[in-house]
Amino acid sequence: MQVSTTVNGVAQSHDVEPRTLLVQYLREACGLTGTKVGCDTSSCGACTVLLDGESVKSCTMFAVQADGGAVTTIEGLAPSDTELHPVQQAFHEKHGLQCGFCTPGMVMAAVSFLEENPNPTEREVRLGLEGNLCRCTGYHNIVQAVLEAAGKMGGGR
Amino acid sequence: MIPAAFEYVRADSADAALAALAEHGDDAKLLAGGMSLIPLMKLRLATPTVLVDVARLTDLSYVRDAGDHVAIGALTRHRDLETSALLAEACPALRGVAAEVGDNQVRHRGTLGGSVAHGDPASDLPAALLALDATFVVRGPGGERTVAAEHFFQGFLETALAPDELLTEIRVPKATGGWNYQKFNRRAQDWAIVGALVVNNGSTRVALVNMAGTPLRARSVEEALAGGASVADAAALAAEGTDAPADLNASPEYREHLARVLVRRALEAAGA
Ligand SMILES: Cc1cc2nc3c(=O)[nH]c(=O)nc-3n(C[C@H](O)[C@H](O)[C@H](O)COP(=O)(O)OP(=O)(O)OC[C@H]3O[C@@H](n4cnc5c(N)ncnc54)[C@H](O)[C@@H]3O)c2cc1C
Ligand code: FES
Ligand code: FES
Repeated sequence: MQVSTTVNGVAQSHDVEPRTLLVQYLREACGLTGTKVGCDTSSCGACTVLLDGESVKSCTMFAVQADGGAVTTIEGLAPSDTELHPVQQAFHEKHGLQCGFCTPGMVMAAVSFLEENPNPTEREVRLGLEGNLCRCTGYHNIVQAVLEAAGKMGGGR
Repeated sequence: MIPAAFEYVRADSADAALAALAEHGDDAKLLAGGMSLIPLMKLRLATPTVLVDVARLTDLSYVRDAGDHVAIGALTRHRDLETSALLAEACPALRGVAAEVGDNQVRHRGTLGGSVAHGDPASDLPAALLALDATFVVRGPGGERTVAAEHFFQGFLETALAPDELLTEIRVPKATGGWNYQKFNRRAQDWAIVGALVVNNGSTRVALVNMAGTPLRARSVEEALAGGASVADAAALAAEGTDAPADLNASPEYREHLARVLVRRALEAAGA
């Protein structure tokens, strides 16, 4: 089936089987390997991307379901080659990652969460990221990074 | 993990979805948010050969004031319930329970109708709809029928829906009294090991999650309360009439203990 989407602002159209998962479409058809597969069972959030601005687990969606939609992956966040998105910058500054495998999904989930709740408490950040697992950091610095980004992006307490 | 191959049909109306189901029979399955069906397909526990995608039937996505009840389209996402101002006012328990389902990503895709049709006794929303005395509107080749929540959930992943039927609307009587939901799990985002919902609306209704093959009403607790029993005495009856499953999270005995404790906490918090 022909699946046409806009990924990070670029039109993409690929002939894929209906059973192709969105994450495969992004990594294999579009060549965007920033999105990771961690658990492959809908639990870890490493595959999180934005579909029409909202976080989704791309291992638990078929590409055909995103047909006609706008997808944002980690590659599409930074405004330029020399600048990071405020959430990326905050992960860098607050040391919100170690091995980095969960990070693309964690950042995308955080971007979607801050869109819905620009001014969160620490507890709300923890609940807002409950669909994303990190095996390295113990979450503390991730939460600090999201709170820092909220402040920089205009929300924040 | 890659699911078995299937043919994909995108329905552009409820009628088209019903026609596709009629044409493909038992081989076809409806696809809404996919948050229950796709994981099963990836494990090849479900191998439908035709998927009829109804997620874009936006005319079945709504939360409407219908006088004495709130009418909710089957394709309404958990996220839309969680953020509905109407529900917050007219049926806060349903809004609150929707906010407890899975995680943000799951709530962005999963639908109320999908959760109901899936019929998983570990799901939060079916138990809530049982406590709230909801009615389900179902369309099939023979027209439309309504089914009361108490007759809808028939067994583990088994409901009153026939394979050629589409759930279109969920009608929830308004319930503005106190409520509380106790969801006990060991990991964030997970299903309840046991859940207990209390809704006060005239009388006190108590529903249990994951205490049998279907969601259950804790009738003994409700009757004891109606007869004037104390919260502690009523909650002690919470495991009566249950058939708690055993799995890697909990034994039946532990679940029975949780049911009694969670029902007591929910009753206290709801001000029963
Ligand atoms: C990581 C994760 C965590 C989760 N945690 C929870 C949780 O804590 N609590 C909880 O309750 N649920 C949880 N869920 C399940 C979630 O709530 C699902 O959204 C919901 O159970 C199914 O809704 P859906 O729209 O995704 O349905 P789908 O997966 O698309 O469909 C489910 C079934 O219903 C049928 N169906 C769908 N719509 C209709 C309709 N309108 N008419 C007739 N049949 C229909 C389908 O054919 C299929 O058999 C979780 C899921 C995931 C992936
Ligand atoms: S890879 Fe999708 S949730 Fe883990
Ligand atoms: S940084 Fe290693 S998994 Fe999160």
